[in-house]
Amino acid sequence: MGSNMAENHPVGFQWVVEAKKRGAKVIHVDPRFTRTSAIADRHVPLRAGSDIAFLGGVVNYILEHGREFREYVQAYTNARVIVSDDFRDTEDQLDDVGAAQSGEAGCRAGGKPTGLFSGFDPDSGSYDVASWQYKGMEVGASAGQREQGASVGEQAHGSHGGELDHGEAPEEDETLEHPRCVFQLLKRHYSRYTPEMVERVCGVPREAFLEVAEALCANSGRERTSAFCYAVGWTQHTTGVQYIRTAAIIQLLLGNIGRPGGGILALRGHASIQGSTDIPTLYNILPGYLPMPHAHETTNLDLYADRNSPPAGFWGNTKAYVVSMLKAWFGEAATPDNDFCFDHVPRISGDHSHYQTVMDMLDGKVEGYFIMGENPVVGSANSKAHRLGMANLKWLVVRDFTETETAAFWHDSPEIDSGETTPQDIATEVFLMPAAAHVEKDGSFTNTQRLLQWHHKAIEPPDDARSELWFMFHLGNLVRRKLAESSDPKDRPILDVTWDYPTHGSIQEPDAEKVLEEIGGWDADGQPLSDYLPLRDDGSTACGCWIYAGCYGDGVNQTARRKPGSEQTWVAPEWAWAWPMNRRIIYNRASADPEGRPWSERKKYVWWDPDEEKWTGEDVPDFTPDKPPDYVPPEDAEAQEALRGDEPFIMQADGRAWLFAPNGLTDGPFPTHYEPQESPFENALYGQQSNPARQQFLRPENPYTPSDGAPGAEVFPFVLTTYRLTEHHTAGAMSRTLPYLAELMPEFFCEVSPELAEQRGLRHGEWATIVSMRSAVEARVLVTERLEPLTVQGRVIHQVGLPYHWGRIGYSKGDAANELLSIALDPNVHIGEYKAATCDIRPGRRPRGKALNELVERYRREVNVASRERSEG
Amino acid sequence: MSDVFELETRSWPGSYGDEAQPRVGFFTDTSICIGCKACEVACKEWNGVPEDGLRFTGNSYDNTGGLGADTWRHVAFVEQRKRVGVGDGAGPGSLVQDAALSQLADGAGLDAQRGEDGFRWLMSSDVCKHCTSAACLDVCPTGALFRTEYGTVVVQEDVCNGCGYCIPACPFGVLDQRKEDGRAWKCTLCYDRLKVGEEPACAKACPTDSIQFGELDELRERAHGRVEELQAAGESEARLYGADPHDGVGGFGAFFLLLDEPEVYGLPPDPVVTTRDLPAMYRTAVAAAGVLAAGVAAAFFGGR
Repeated sequence: MGSNMAENHPVGFQWVVEAKKRGAKVIHVDPRFTRTSAIADRHVPLRAGSDIAFLGGVVNYILEHGREFREYVQAYTNARVIVSDDFRDTEDQLDDVGAAQSGEAGCRAGGKPTGLFSGFDPDSGSYDVASWQYKGMEVGASAGQREQGASVGEQAHGSHGGELDHGEAPEEDETLEHPRCVFQLLKRHYSRYTPEMVERVCGVPREAFLEVAEALCANSGRERTSAFCYAVGWTQHTTGVQYIRTAAIIQLLLGNIGRPGGGILALRGHASIQGSTDIPTLYNILPGYLPMPHAHETTNLDLYADRNSPPAGFWGNTKAYVVSMLKAWFGEAATPDNDFCFDHVPRISGDHSHYQTVMDMLDGKVEGYFIMGENPVVGSANSKAHRLGMANLKWLVVRDFTETETAAFWHDSPEIDSGETTPQDIATEVFLMPAAAHVEKDGSFTNTQRLLQWHHKAIEPPDDARSELWFMFHLGNLVRRKLAESSDPKDRPILDVTWDYPTHGSIQEPDAEKVLEEIGGWDADGQPLSDYLPLRDDGSTACGCWIYAGCYGDGVNQTARRKPGSEQTWVAPEWAWAWPMNRRIIYNRASADPEGRPWSERKKYVWWDPDEEKWTGEDVPDFTPDKPPDYVPPEDAEAQEALRGDEPFIMQADGRAWLFAPNGLTDGPFPTHYEPQESPFENALYGQQSNPARQQFLRPENPYTPSDGAPGAEVFPFVLTTYRLTEHHTAGAMSRTLPYLAELMPEFFCEVSPELAEQRGLRHGEWATIVSMRSAVEARVLVTERLEPLTVQGRVIHQVGLPYHWGRIGYSKGDAANELLSIALDPNVHIGEYKAATCDIRPGRRPRGKALNELVERYRREVNVASRERSEG
Repeated sequence: MSDVFELETRSWPGSYGDEAQPRVGFFTDTSICIGCKACEVACKEWNGVPEDGLRFTGNSYDNTGGLGADTWRHVAFVEQRKRVGVGDGAGPGSLVQDAALSQLADGAGLDAQRGEDGFRWLMSSDVCKHCTSAACLDVCPTGALFRTEYGTVVVQEDVCNGCGYCIPACPFGVLDQRKEDGRAWKCTLCYDRLKVGEEPACAKACPTDSIQFGELDELRERAHGRVEELQAAGESEARLYGADPHDGVGGFGAFFLLLDEPEVYGLPPDPVVTTRDLPAMYRTAVAAAGVLAAGVAAAFFGGR
């Protein structure tokens, strides 16, 4: 679900094909019948944006029919924990507070539960999570703790267990019968997600839904496991994080986590996107998922370490991880006396994510901008907002293979066509720097399964093209040279940073393996680390990213290992290197029962060997190697030592997987179905229409379409979804420029059902114009039965499919689908809703120049007139 | 071995003597093709085949059209509505369906008989068949087309004079003339790669092993096994195309596993080597000429 794996991950899909050949059943739940559906045993179409209703239906099916893997759920999840009396579920509140008072368009509460959890503040549109805690550990009144609650958005990554004491929740009911225990709350939360409700919300016939739910249950338990694969079809929603949470709940109930053949596979969007999360290009985390320090809250190292070290679990060693990172970054300059240069690390003071930064550009708050390996004018929602924002910069650096639409925004754009602006009006100085391709440089890719795979340079980059590593290293040297004489304290971090990588060749390419070695880390004797366990908080160890510790173990580039699968065990531990500690399945202690015996012979993976008194098995055990299953921590134990021998989820303070998330999330402890920002339907389950905590940008550059029930919604009656094709890569700069790829998918097209084509007079192979509140684009019409009209809430709904690869530059050109989309984000991770919006579609090409704006303006007026009529009537 | 005997062509292995290599080919298993077109791109990259135009065809996801001088691998996309009932026995997912159906029967009194119109999207990567009896070879007057030591059929670009005889001779429409130079071009089964022990580019690039390269007798054995497997799993229409040495072209060097009639994929159902009747026609013509000559002779000499 949420993934078109065959088309977007064809190389990884070979293993799905292999599994199918061995008898696995492949089920594809997706709005469109894609090349993945073609191979699947069953394709179930659902309305874009309704997955939580579907998955919630599966949760309800499991609980209703007692299909959960009871022993696993009892032992390894927080199902038995009693939740605070202050907690109110979405089911508990009928109309009143929240929704009604927020005065938000599209909120109706009549008869239905509001759909809000306790703690919602309608003014700020955010939750105070204090009431979501376990009973007996409610957040007290101390100022510090309150602050943490309020800033959960920025500290979310550090919230790994709150105030738990030695892994034990204060109150529990092992029978799972207590009405306030997580299991019962879960049951109640999803009790209305019936097959009938799934049919009503998703447009999936209940028979098809039941077939999927039963297939999952039948293929889970002691003897069997099932896996979920998802990609951006799940993440790119205003409720994206909760989509994945729902799948996690299903997999935990069925016992499919930490076991072979189970899991939730996050298929990442491009090569090494996993790597750029582990060693992040994100504003709010440091390497290894350490939270970025906050300007006002984590003012010194001890406070930071304290805040982010729960009393139990491996996050208890946060200080060792961060100090080792600082030693890798600042070397000799980092000493115990100066907090290991902790103050050199930048601080955040709020949201500095991608779209917020675009807004800041529009407001003139940003001077300069680096864009590397990204083409946001084609690849990000609301292209126009990006162009207008960049026009407000002083300077812009774009590194890419060719001039992209982003680099060309100042001389080639719809705004220049329409006369809204001219190149003379744009003062931004644009630097276009040629980039080397992956075959022209050494480096590693980290893939979906956390596997680091080294790639060697095959040829020198042409002309002035250089690797990112080259660019950053030499840019750093230039800046350091300029600042060499500076005594300004703000320049100290740049001068103190270790920047001594050896270079080689005529272009002075820095040695990428030396960077990997620094990431992999050294022990107190300067020897390469083989894992993260030796990391210390006294400055004796250095490690660029604690979860990668060991990737250069024994002084060897472990990621370059290429032993064929046929020459090693089926787990293939000698192919490349997986973080952490070359473990191929994490939380694999859960593949054994609480006593340490495999759940079944067929699915045995890691188990306790009583004779050897250690954990052993097919993989590197994800557990303290000699901690027996019956281990009970002494009172004074800390970090991982404070977890019991039967608690496999060692990153959590309670050692258990969370069905209910007391913290770490900004929009609810249980996933809840909300409609997308723009939807032609009202929320059938709750009064609250859309995710109440979603991030919106209410400004003229980003007008939203009203949703169902609100006036004007009927102006954009169709569901729009965007996606990729095998033949092109993301925003197209790497594929639309290449003749062999361009000829395979030569033009921008839209996919519509025969019924919609008939209804709107669209002719196969000719042109259509697709319109939203933001813009209008033209595309060739591909009429296909692969897009099926669905019946939702008794109404037939048509979905329009748009691949988003095209732009104005390149060998194959076309309009960019992202011109149409609005910026509305998931509040946890600030990812946009690219998968579900609303639109209109009409035959023929779009107007040119000024006339294009006039067309969009006509639609906006129609919406406004409807609004006015409604308020007057 | 009788299998090997059946694989034999007129010039292979006979004319190669000790230099003959085992006959190799492709087994294209379309049941696991995901339509990624990596084969098309890898073929063009390796063989330097030119890009041949940006043309939106509207024919499903196929913007290539068909095999030609500038397309030596072509992935066909067939969108198909086909009746597939829940009740067809041991079909895929039947266990699951049964369970779901019994749930339903207990439940809301729904109509459990869900005989629906199934929708399929078939994909298949087409290529030169490297026929056992290859008409293109028979008609080539220059010897540009030849049977290699691997039993494959290759056009030598430096010998081809562009006469074009091979083009109508091919029963599959594979051979084609490149407008720019007038010569005939087609898949070489990567003859240059075979020479250095590498598999052809398309097979190398195929992520799901839909395109399998190997020794032909082994491929055929494997393919028969796969058909049985699929049929047992309920794919009752799974069949091999071109694996029969007794067909009209003596079997293909590059054969296919299809999930429907060949016509559905745009392939001729019963291809016949177009030069099959040439010897008979020649004999007839010679006989006719003889009779004619005899008559003429009789007219001359008989009159005396």
